[in-house]
Amino acid sequence: MTYLSDISSLQLLVILPVFACLAMACTRKLKNACELMSIGTGLVLVLVTCQLWHNFSLANQVKVEWIELIPGLTLSLSLTPLGLLFALAASTLWLTTALYAIGYLRALQEHSQTRFYQFFALAMTAVMGIAFADNLLTLYVFYELLTLTTFPLVVHSGKETAVRGGRVYFAFLLFTSVLFFLLAIVGTWFIGGSLDFTPGGLLNRPIMNTGALSAASLLLPLFVLGIGKAAVFPFYQWLPAAMVAPTPVSALLHAVAVVKGGVFTLLKVCLYIFGTDVLVELPSQQFMLYLAGFSILFASFMALQQDNLKKRLAYSTISQLGYISMGALLANGSAILGASMHLVVHAFGKITLFFCAGAILVATNKTLISDMTGLGRQMPFTMVAFFIGSLTIIGLPPAAGLWSKWYLLQGAMTAEQWLLILVLAFSSILNIFYLLPIPIRAFFSPAAAITVKPPVNRVPTSMVLSIAFSSTVCLVLFFLPESLFQLAQAILIRSGQ
Amino acid sequence: MNSQLPILLVIVPLLAAPLCLFIKKPTLVWLFASIVSVLALLFSLIILSQVWETGELVYSLGGWQAPIGIEYRIDLLNAYLSVIVAALACICLLAAYKSIGEEIKKGKQTLFYVTFLLCLAGMLGVVVTGDVFNLFVFMEIAALSSYVLIAMGKNRKALIASLTYLLVGTLGATFILIGIGLVYMLTGSLNMQDLSVLLLSAPQSNTLFTAFTFFFVGTCLKLALFPLHWWLPNAYTYAPSIVSVFLAATATKIAIYILLRVIFSLFGSEFSYHTLPLQNILMTLGLAGILVCSVIAIFQQDLKQIFAYSSVAQVAYMMLALGMNNISGLMATLLHLFNHALMKGALFLALACIMYRLKSVQLSDIAGLGWQMPWTMAAIVIAGFSLIGLPLTVGFISKWYMLLASFENAWQPIALVILFGSLLAAVYIWRIVEKAYFSPLTTNNQHIKEAPLALLVPTWLLVLANLYFGIDTRFSLSISLHTAQMLLGVAP
Amino acid sequence: MNILESFNYWIVMALMMCGLYIMIAQGNLIKKIVGLTIFQTSVFIFYISMAKVTGATAPIIKEGLELYSNPLPHVLILTAIVVGISTTALALALVIRIRQAYGTIEEDEIRAKDRLE
Repeated sequence: MTYLSDISSLQLLVILPVFACLAMACTRKLKNACELMSIGTGLVLVLVTCQLWHNFSLANQVKVEWIELIPGLTLSLSLTPLGLLFALAASTLWLTTALYAIGYLRALQEHSQTRFYQFFALAMTAVMGIAFADNLLTLYVFYELLTLTTFPLVVHSGKETAVRGGRVYFAFLLFTSVLFFLLAIVGTWFIGGSLDFTPGGLLNRPIMNTGALSAASLLLPLFVLGIGKAAVFPFYQWLPAAMVAPTPVSALLHAVAVVKGGVFTLLKVCLYIFGTDVLVELPSQQFMLYLAGFSILFASFMALQQDNLKKRLAYSTISQLGYISMGALLANGSAILGASMHLVVHAFGKITLFFCAGAILVATNKTLISDMTGLGRQMPFTMVAFFIGSLTIIGLPPAAGLWSKWYLLQGAMTAEQWLLILVLAFSSILNIFYLLPIPIRAFFSPAAAITVKPPVNRVPTSMVLSIAFSSTVCLVLFFLPESLFQLAQAILIRSGQ
Repeated sequence: MNSQLPILLVIVPLLAAPLCLFIKKPTLVWLFASIVSVLALLFSLIILSQVWETGELVYSLGGWQAPIGIEYRIDLLNAYLSVIVAALACICLLAAYKSIGEEIKKGKQTLFYVTFLLCLAGMLGVVVTGDVFNLFVFMEIAALSSYVLIAMGKNRKALIASLTYLLVGTLGATFILIGIGLVYMLTGSLNMQDLSVLLLSAPQSNTLFTAFTFFFVGTCLKLALFPLHWWLPNAYTYAPSIVSVFLAATATKIAIYILLRVIFSLFGSEFSYHTLPLQNILMTLGLAGILVCSVIAIFQQDLKQIFAYSSVAQVAYMMLALGMNNISGLMATLLHLFNHALMKGALFLALACIMYRLKSVQLSDIAGLGWQMPWTMAAIVIAGFSLIGLPLTVGFISKWYMLLASFENAWQPIALVILFGSLLAAVYIWRIVEKAYFSPLTTNNQHIKEAPLALLVPTWLLVLANLYFGIDTRFSLSISLHTAQMLLGVAP
Repeated sequence: MNILESFNYWIVMALMMCGLYIMIAQGNLIKKIVGLTIFQTSVFIFYISMAKVTGATAPIIKEGLELYSNPLPHVLILTAIVVGISTTALALALVIRIRQAYGTIEEDEIRAKDRLE
């Protein structure tokens, strides 16, 4: 079934949400219009992405050039396995979140719902643009666009706390992207003569020939620190600060779109700008690996200390992003497999956890973990989903996290990074300690310790559906990981492994 | 007709200015002035396309041939600048009807248009002339009219600002006059084309060095290079809103044009960069200007002061790029001439909208204005993005070339400072955004309506131009590239 | 001997520095303008003295006379004088308006009044 050519599909994915946003502006007065359009757009995006996946083969090049911004640099899109992976996860989860948001916003009677859906859609454009960017410049354009479009979502409530959180969010992301990322991009342009994502690495040839290893060595930290959305220490503060946003925003953007956009960018840079051959030669690679490792442990420790559920999940995300960053920097076959798979698996797992947090908020108005003992009796479904999500993050069967963590561990072993293996193992244990107690205490605490007395509000159906869907996918990906695995392997082939 | 265009470009506004006095109704005066500026824009566009196709346009005044007579010689640089000046003048006059109607007393409005047209004529004259003394005369015509325009501001501080600008500007102009005299002494010619040949073979004496220095300092006074910038913030702040728009977009650009002519056409880049340690001077002052003025802008309470200091910082960027002495750097300077005119034009026009409704541009007074005047504040946000240098805006293109230029010179730390300047700009844009969108609405602002269309349309024309030329960069990039190559004497 | 030969330049420099100093140091606005005028005049003298050819007469053609001074700088200076006059006139007009608005033309008093606002 090919109604649309691949090239048109690619452009449609990026442009459609913009039209959705404009349409929502025109139909402000109509009841339910923006929600319908949100769901509708989400459906179209998922279908088109699936079709692209169905037709995908490494042999044919799908590329579309839009406009030349600077001589030699065009805004262009192309279909790559990594991009497809990201787009699949993002579009599916956008649809799920759109469904979730309907219930959530209605239950809490949030204001300015149209504006919310509009910026939600625009953020999707940015995510699609990042996924399918053909060169670093296009990626940078959509990267900044993502920061700009998610900002109004973070400060949606307009309250003092939201503005303060928004300020930190914007400051950190802009600071890193302007000061370091842009500098690294210009540096790459200068050394490499182009910004295209090249299989095998753009800098592969010039570096090997002229021995400009030290210059490239400087570029790597600039990229790692500059891609602030990957939340590598010390530029992680924006993520907990962004938790002031409404839960659908936290769920989609800060568990899926923004942070995944960040590590996706890092993966692309490591694989297609540096290339695996160059990366292992760089002296700064080791330092960046240690930084990622430190980031993982630091965030895990911080997570342990948080009582606010969303904050704990935020630090958990930072820690998990460290895993993916580490995989990207290790850049050998297993590590890349692990990192790409973890991109998807973590997205589904984390979004389940955030959805549950939102459901708890709607039902009981609670945000602190200490208040949630015994909640399992009142909200069994939610807590079971939470449990599945936790397993995914920790990496225990029967949840899908096992596969990705397995490959990451293998990658670290292949590279003989023993310290990092220790970090991975220790951090998994920490994951258990900061995630599992929540569902366990919810179900198995003695009756006397139950603090939830008043009757809970009904959790809207749409939210329940979304939670069910995402947790099911976590389980499904464990039992049937082949399609995910195939796509990840395609990434490997393309990057020249 | 085409061969007469260079002189028509100057004569039409010059003659139109006193003609305004014969028209009785202010509305008709405005209409007349607008038509004249549109004519000027048309002329400059025709000239630009002609110069792009066939090369230099030459016109000898009174039929007297150079080097005895005064000639107008238009190459790509002149044409480019004339389009910038004429286009901004058009947009300013479009918005002037409402804005000036509000800010200047009825009896004086005709005089405003007279002076504005004189200023336009002066600036266009500076840009098209090929004779150094003629340059001085037109420069002073433009300067005198801008002193008058600034003094028309409502606040009495406008008078002091105007007088300060007068004293400093005349100082600068007189330095340039001394430079002209010294150069005449050495070569006996006042024609720029002629001088470029003669000065190359002139003996390397102190006179040559002194002449260059006087030219340099004189133009730096006029273009407000840090630390010779102190006249600018007050002049832009207390002038009437439309005057701020026009001057912010054009006055310093004209001075930069004069500097470019002096460095590249008169003395030649070889000489210029090696007699004075021009690279070091421009780099140091540029960096200092960017950092110091951006920081000062962050702490200002008056929106116009913020953007005035921001303008000084942007001029410092242009000088920094000029100091790099390579093609990318010169391209960045030329690009930023155009881009900054668009950015600051849009910002100051949005401020004109706010002034029209609010009668004030203090930061504390715009609390909650983002919801009452959505289009105006959105214009400030987008133009602010351009100032910061976010992609898809013109500001990004200028920043890119500046960064490229610093990499070409292996001055990577400079690149870091350039980017840091962007972040400082983000801070003061953020202050405005936070006040407008996230502060509670004051009782004063509750009944404020959106600015009238007559003011919004020109503002958004410039804002959309910011976005358009940031995406379709062919116009500015091709002209800048060719001009840079021509000035540096590099084959295309 | 060199100093005596180029005495005109010395005078020009002296006037220029006087003018600059007055502009900076004097607080009274009228005096500042006087300083500006002196400064501009020094430049005029510079041009005119530059135009003089030793042993030449005024540049008006008359029979029997061979050597004339260079007329071009004289013309330039006429233009520059006109520009200077306009500038001075404008400056004086501004000072009158400032007097009306502030009640004083001393710079420090004006600054004090502005700070009070």
